Amino acid sequence: MSNVLSLTTFLPILGVLLLLFIPKDSKGVLRNITLAVTVVTFLVSLIILTGFQSNAEFQFVENVPWIAAGPFIMRYNIGIDGISLWLVILTTFIMPIAVLSTFTAVEEKVKEYMICLLLLETGMLGAFISLDLFLFYIFWEVMLIPMYFMIGIWGGKNKIYAAVKFFIYTMVGSLLMLVALIFLYFKGMQAGITDFGLLQFFSLKLDLATQIWLFLAFAFAFAIKVPMFPLHTWLPDAHTEAPTAGSVILAAVLLKMGTYGYVRFAIPLFPEAAHKFAPLIATLAVIGIIYAALVAMVQEDVKKLVAYSSVAHLGFVMLGVFAFNVEGITGGMLQMINHGISTGALFLIVGFIYERRHTRLITDFGGLSKQMPVFATIFMIVTFSSVGLPGTNGFVGEFLILLGAFEGQLRWWTIVATSGVILSAVYMLWVFQRVMFGELDNPKNQKLADLNTREIAIMVPLLVMIFFMGLYPKPFIDKMDPAIKKLVAQVRIAPVSAQEMSPELMQMPAAHSGIQQQGMPMPAGHPGSTLPPGHPSN
Amino acid sequence: MDMISIPVVNMTPILPEIFLSVLAMVLLLINVFKPGGQKSYLAYLSFFGILATAVLVGAGWGGYIESFSGSVVLDNFATFFKMTFLVAAGLAVLISDKYMEREECNHGELYPLILFTVVGMMLMASGTDLMTVFLGLEVMSVSLYVLAGFNRANRKSNEAGLKYFLLGAFSTGFMLYGMALIYGATGTTRLYKIAQIVGQMTLPSANILLVAGMLLMMTGFAFKIAAAPFHMWTPDVYEGAPTPMTAFMSAGPKAAGFAALLRIFLVALPTLQVEWSQVLWVLAVLTMTVGNITALRQDNIKRVLAYSSIAHAGYALVGFVAGNGTGTSGILFYMLSYAFMNIGAFAIIILVAKKGETNGNVSDFAGLAFKRPVLALVMTIFLFSLAGMPPTAGFIGKFYLFSGAIQKGYIWLAVIGVLNSAASVYYYLRIMVYMYMKESTEEFDWIQVTAPVTLALIISVAGSLIPGIIPSVILQYAQMAVKLI
Repeated sequence: MSNVLSLTTFLPILGVLLLLFIPKDSKGVLRNITLAVTVVTFLVSLIILTGFQSNAEFQFVENVPWIAAGPFIMRYNIGIDGISLWLVILTTFIMPIAVLSTFTAVEEKVKEYMICLLLLETGMLGAFISLDLFLFYIFWEVMLIPMYFMIGIWGGKNKIYAAVKFFIYTMVGSLLMLVALIFLYFKGMQAGITDFGLLQFFSLKLDLATQIWLFLAFAFAFAIKVPMFPLHTWLPDAHTEAPTAGSVILAAVLLKMGTYGYVRFAIPLFPEAAHKFAPLIATLAVIGIIYAALVAMVQEDVKKLVAYSSVAHLGFVMLGVFAFNVEGITGGMLQMINHGISTGALFLIVGFIYERRHTRLITDFGGLSKQMPVFATIFMIVTFSSVGLPGTNGFVGEFLILLGAFEGQLRWWTIVATSGVILSAVYMLWVFQRVMFGELDNPKNQKLADLNTREIAIMVPLLVMIFFMGLYPKPFIDKMDPAIKKLVAQVRIAPVSAQEMSPELMQMPAAHSGIQQQGMPMPAGHPGSTLPPGHPSN
Repeated sequence: MDMISIPVVNMTPILPEIFLSVLAMVLLLINVFKPGGQKSYLAYLSFFGILATAVLVGAGWGGYIESFSGSVVLDNFATFFKMTFLVAAGLAVLISDKYMEREECNHGELYPLILFTVVGMMLMASGTDLMTVFLGLEVMSVSLYVLAGFNRANRKSNEAGLKYFLLGAFSTGFMLYGMALIYGATGTTRLYKIAQIVGQMTLPSANILLVAGMLLMMTGFAFKIAAAPFHMWTPDVYEGAPTPMTAFMSAGPKAAGFAALLRIFLVALPTLQVEWSQVLWVLAVLTMTVGNITALRQDNIKRVLAYSSIAHAGYALVGFVAGNGTGTSGILFYMLSYAFMNIGAFAIIILVAKKGETNGNVSDFAGLAFKRPVLALVMTIFLFSLAGMPPTAGFIGKFYLFSGAIQKGYIWLAVIGVLNSAASVYYYLRIMVYMYMKESTEEFDWIQVTAPVTLALIISVAGSLIPGIIPSVILQYAQMAVKLI
């Protein structure tokens, strides 16, 4: 079973080939085959999970030549470690759920929809397992295409605007990353690196100025995907317009591409630059947390509210990751999975009521708990998970993030971010109250049916995971721990003295803007203690 | 006084040209003696003639023969480009027949003219003397002027022909003047000798004749490859010309222009590379930006692709500015893949359009995906390739073009290039938006996909996808081809 990773990644493509031979009118067959393919993919991915050794090495590695032309050598080089493992499992876990959620929601162009879903799965898995920078880029871009069509064809009223915005935003970022990628390759070539293999680049010594430029390009691409404030504006549109399964996948997996990109690429490739930018990124993350929470509070559309809550949650992830310590990154990784589960579940919940009432406005609801008790219970649990109540998965992640960030260099940021936890409780509980409690006075709501067996079956795995990860996160942490420790050791840099770095900084006007000087332990100072441009440090 | 010595002439390097010329003349004669009615057989004959020529050209791969006292050469560089021209011509022939019948301008001269164009382009690629290149260029251009105005009954086509002729003649004047000045500065028109003499000059960049000649020649070529600010003719000509000819013009002659440009500048004027790459830097940025920005606002789909074709010339110029192996092999790769994806896209446009070139707006593609899903899918592949999305040939092409620039240190040029590329995504997506996301108003029941068109589409899809997944199939040849120059 040495090819099990490739098998997992390309099984969905095999499913696509199978679907091509099914007539488009046999909707049931199409749905069932897609479901079967994603379930099988999940089962195969469990082989990876059970076979995964808890060490820091990349496992299930496959490395064969692919392109060798001119100055470039690209290889089909894949493998997973504790960091990518859970994201792969999350992807294969969410996919059957997403497919199942479309059974009644999508009636038009079922075949095309299923093909998009499967292509998307291959793209996402491929991006998580790539150890070759070029291969990663290919999967990263390929993912866009099915998502674009999913939003654009099956989306809501404003679907075209949302789809094009999603595509172009991501494209701009990734193309700049491509330039950085090529530049990095040529830099590596001078140092004797022979192909795009990621691991060799970790030992490449780049001067700070180069690191800063390259980090900026990578960070920009990933920041759009995360999305970080102020590049988040595509997300509410995309989420609101996307069909339920699209939103679920977008929230659960696609956004993780951005944070994963930081953990896997931007930070370990350019550790010194990452340290320099940590205060800026933490600031943006905290702004994102607070701002998104405030915006979420005033949303009238439940789906938009959930979308903004995504921005806030991913702000936490970024905060944890940029703490550069084991607690912070572990928390960030856990929170990525938690967010995948709980926000995925929230979008499903929104999908359930939208299917019944064809509206998502909060004011159209109220008192639903009387009519739909099962639904109310599930919604309650997911809400608790989303706000990070102890006992649910959300708590573990957020706690570790805040702990890590507080112990790291981001103490003041942490203090502000913690208020975001409260705000998230405010808007989530408030929306729950407005939808579920109160008078059941809208006649249309009085006839609503509770969740059916299929819908409950969709939610059960998510609920199980919410409690499992909340009560016993150890197996998850154990598997990722060695890889994270290795990463932390890798990005720990000897404090660079300010004198040494200032000449390079003089040539880097962009590097000045809003970056705190690093080198001294981050003072318990003011988040905004930045140096004016051109100011000689110290 | 020397005796006039007759040089030893080796005909091998120009065998494909001779073959195609003879074929073209035979076809002309057949057309004369068998007037009227069906012309499909001419299309088939041309297509198989082109196939045979491709075999002839392919057989010359790996060889190196100079002939006509060094004014023509057979090398891998020429062979690669000749293949590109033949691909463009072959695809154009396949998509012409039905179109010409529909537009009622099914005159038999079309096919010989296409073949003559190819002969001219081939001479441009293998010419190692300014005169040979110029002759090739003229053979190509004169045939193209006729092809652009081929639809006599259509006023736009007439306009296209005349406009192309006037502006083309004008640009030829520039080029010829430039060549004359270079001859004045160096005393020769042989590229290798020019390189030698320029190499011996103490300060070639101060030689006004030489530099002026170079700039004028560059202007002439900039017209031919439709680089801004010499691109004004392109949208009108591309819009007015019969669509298969537009497809052909956007792929073949552009590639020929690049072939000659590359050979002249890299072989004859490498000592002035610093100077000409500065000028080309500006041209590349202008061309990409003007092409893309203007394309954003077009409604007619032929004009969209015309401006996109300008932008693509800009991308290729990025590789030329780099002037290194990565960049130039990128140009070769890109020109070939561009032939596949662009002619493929035009083939779909031909299918969707109705008689008299109506139904040619982007909005006329509304709902195509629901009525003719396969055609829409094929068009999507071409559009993604044009936009440079992986895993298509367009992506690999751009990757190598921009890599060349980055390798040479032109980081900002590459950044401008990719930003342009991102902007271009918008207008390609717009076509997809209409195909997939708008309700159809039409039944598209007039679309008849004939066997030749199917073949052309299959070839184009394969040519847009396979090199994207396994680039080496083309790239390794492109890299061998640029090694010699």
